[in-house]
Amino acid sequence: MKKYVEFKNHQREIYHFQLRLIVSIGFVLALLAILLVRFFYLQLLRHNYYQTLAESNRIAVVPIVPNRGLILDRNGLVLARNYSGYTLEINQNKVTDMEATINDLSRLVTITNKDRRRFKKLLAESHNFETLVIRNRLSDEEVARFAAQQYRFPGVEIKARLFRDYPLGEKTSHLIGYIGRINDTEVNQLEESDLSANYRGSDYIGKTGLEQSYEADLHGTTGIEQVEVDANGRAVRMLSLTPPVSGNTLVLSIDAKLQEIAEQSFGDFRGALVAIDPNNGEVLAFVSKPGYDPNPFIDGIDPQSWDELNNSPDVPLNNRALRGQYPPGSTIKPFMALAGLNYHTRSPEQTITDTGVYYLPGSSRQYRDWKAGGHGLVNMFKAIQMSCDTYFYGLATELGIDNIFNFLTRFGFGQKTGIDLEGETSGLLPSQEWKMKRYQQIWYPGDTVSVGIGQGYTLVTPLQLAFATATLANNGVAYRPHLVKEVRSSRSNEARFIAKDPLYDLDIPASQLDLVRRAMIAVTQPGGTAVYASLGAPYHIAGKTGTAQVIAMKQGEKYDAKDVGERLRDHAWFIAYAPAENPQIALAVLVENGGHGGTTAAPIARKVMDYYLLGKVPKPLTKADVRESGVHD
Amino acid sequence: MTKRQLWMRFIAHLDRQLLLGIGLLLVTSLLILYSADNASFDRPLGQLRNIVVALACMWLVANLPLHYLMRTAVPIYALGMVLLIGVALFGEISHGARRWLNLGVMTIQPSELMKIGVPLLMAWYFEKHEATLTLKNYFIAALLMLMPIALIARQPDLGTSLLITASGFYVLFLAGLSWRVIGGLFVAGIASAPVLWSMMHEYQRHRIMMLFDPTQDALGNGYHTIQATIAVGSGGLLGKGYLNGTQAHLDFLPERTTDFIFAVYSEEFGLLGNLILLALYSFVVWRGFIITSHASTYFTRLMAGSITLTFATYAFVNIGMVSGILPVVGVPLPLISYGGTSMLTLLLGFGMLMSIETHKKLVRT
Repeated sequence: MKKYVEFKNHQREIYHFQLRLIVSIGFVLALLAILLVRFFYLQLLRHNYYQTLAESNRIAVVPIVPNRGLILDRNGLVLARNYSGYTLEINQNKVTDMEATINDLSRLVTITNKDRRRFKKLLAESHNFETLVIRNRLSDEEVARFAAQQYRFPGVEIKARLFRDYPLGEKTSHLIGYIGRINDTEVNQLEESDLSANYRGSDYIGKTGLEQSYEADLHGTTGIEQVEVDANGRAVRMLSLTPPVSGNTLVLSIDAKLQEIAEQSFGDFRGALVAIDPNNGEVLAFVSKPGYDPNPFIDGIDPQSWDELNNSPDVPLNNRALRGQYPPGSTIKPFMALAGLNYHTRSPEQTITDTGVYYLPGSSRQYRDWKAGGHGLVNMFKAIQMSCDTYFYGLATELGIDNIFNFLTRFGFGQKTGIDLEGETSGLLPSQEWKMKRYQQIWYPGDTVSVGIGQGYTLVTPLQLAFATATLANNGVAYRPHLVKEVRSSRSNEARFIAKDPLYDLDIPASQLDLVRRAMIAVTQPGGTAVYASLGAPYHIAGKTGTAQVIAMKQGEKYDAKDVGERLRDHAWFIAYAPAENPQIALAVLVENGGHGGTTAAPIARKVMDYYLLGKVPKPLTKADVRESGVHD
Repeated sequence: MTKRQLWMRFIAHLDRQLLLGIGLLLVTSLLILYSADNASFDRPLGQLRNIVVALACMWLVANLPLHYLMRTAVPIYALGMVLLIGVALFGEISHGARRWLNLGVMTIQPSELMKIGVPLLMAWYFEKHEATLTLKNYFIAALLMLMPIALIARQPDLGTSLLITASGFYVLFLAGLSWRVIGGLFVAGIASAPVLWSMMHEYQRHRIMMLFDPTQDALGNGYHTIQATIAVGSGGLLGKGYLNGTQAHLDFLPERTTDFIFAVYSEEFGLLGNLILLALYSFVVWRGFIITSHASTYFTRLMAGSITLTFATYAFVNIGMVSGILPVVGVPLPLISYGGTSMLTLLLGFGMLMSIETHKKLVRT
């Protein structure tokens, strides 16, 4: 009986077990089906997607930064160059104790406090994946010392790099500018202008000067190297290479030697000088004194040096030639004279009697001439030669502000010249409209009187005045001033010329130009206000002095240079072109707090012209030399 | 005895079909390890050593009569428990988990032993109570299963404990656990998921989360899954060719000779290779089921079924994990991944299958 039961159970049990086994097989088949579906999905449907992912895992595109274009002067002298050297760089991700690492490093290579401060600043500004430079320009010995100890410094490495260098330093700082590390704002700008691809791998960008305005030419085209990399980012082999194209070379119209002489001629004075070839607008010298050494800016200047530059009363970072705005003073007079002739307000022969004081018709307000007692009987020629204020007070009043505004606008006053630098200011040429907009006031006749002698609201930049002088020298045919003569392609060595054609011709009658020219020559001859300028010169100089007031004089007050502090002393102007009969160079010189144009500014102009026209190299000049003579404006 | 007779005697207890399937998988293992190890013989030779040792053990077990096999159940289980308790008390910590026991001469991972020990004891238990099976017996069997699993889960080793749970569950299932209870357990399992979740370690939760969105932590926990999925997907229909897998050879694949070896295989041999590999596994599993259906005793049926199903589960879990449908639980690809312990455990199991197949006519009733 028992056996029977067991047997029965056994049969049923086998049956049940087989059933369970079939379910098990079904289960395994289900698992198999899941895997198959997954394989079809991954390997057929989504194959391209994963293929792309695998490729981008495997292939790294390594940008090859192009060499930045050189900047040469008109004679081929190098003003901005690249040289290779070593930097010590720290990957901040791999260094836990930055302070200790730097201290350890300073036992192997010199790390100055300046370096530390600069590094701290870089660290504060950086993104945390960046590698930052702690030391530049390592010596071979330092490289060797560090290399031997490198294992102790994970995350610190030596890199060979090209450095930018400005051999003339502060002499060309306001002209060439400098490059610096790309900041967040510039990253955004690059992205907006779709240039970010070309800046992959680039650390530097032009910040000021020509480095900035010709960035597109100087940067070059980034090369691309495709390498196969492993998971650690190590390159395994090269797949393809598109070599970089170096930046284009800028050949400037600047004569570096002339620039140097102009710079030195200022001695200890602050100021600006712009010299232009009137026949084509080429800028021959472009000086803003004082300059600064642009080289420390490249890898980030340390905060202390920056503060020194930024807070200096001499404002060395201000580009006076481009951005400094000063009243033109008497330098406006030749242009005023042309306006008078143009509108037939005064004939060349017409004379006035200068008593030293000018009254507006029906007014008791005094407008004084700079010379007490006046110049007596004065015609247009004499008025320019002796810089007679009273003549131009009357001329301005007779012209009226509208005519003055219209005529002077044609010479470029109150507008940017469009020179190939960024940040130019436009100066100020006042008009009725302007005054209403600016002060909500109507224009008074008295306003016009001051405009006549370049005071009042009028402001010019040294560049503007140089441009106007060049246009005048070139008989009213204007060329856009430009610092770059040609851009030489690194690819084809072909040159692209900048601004070859004249901007416009003012169509000024030759007789009018001739009168003004003769008067301006007389300025530099005995009887003129700038005799010193052409003393012993074998060529004729057409010039005009000017004085820009720093402090306003009260009615009836007398200005005395000895009574005011040096920084409140008048700015001195001198504009000139030479040789007067066939002008090769036109320039404007501003000497801040220089007093009188004839004594401080004119000698600087003379040295520049002597070198440019005669190749004469002057002796270095000091402030004391200039101060000796006391001729008046 | 002639040479031939000796040979026949030697192979008498080896199942030829099973041996063929296993052999092909093992050859695949050596080939793919050579590629995964960047064309070095280091890993393949190591694996060859593992295979030789494990095959020898398999041969021994295959020649072991079934009643001996049954007799080993209690001692193995008892030893496993003692070692697991030892691990809990004195085990060595590595990677935040206490899994290894240092015996002075060698370090061992007792949870591996339990992969065989648990189903073996359960099958033994059911055989003992075959005649009078009630729900109580199932309950006791489940308890025997859960004790070591709890210890392993505490180490923590979620992957192994889940796999042992699976193999134990297969025994319960094949032993005829009622569908109602299975359904109940299933519901209870889902209901207790939140509780389990709260008991899990942070890294375990991460791995499960990564499954839903591996990109969330592409360089951390999601990295394994992402890179493995890329490898499989980029393999395409025919694969990149032997030794040409970029994901593998450029170091993007982690643990590519062990847990992630399937990604290497799949990248180089593509969908076609995958189908061949699945066919090989299916062949072995199919043979396992055949042996199971031939098995003459309750114990051998349960044991053979559990071994077969567990083997299929291992393969599924590993491939699923590598191709991104299961969390990364640290299960090797059976017979392919580099590693002596899992090779030994698996081949011991196959040895039992062979013993079951070849000794059935000799069994005493």
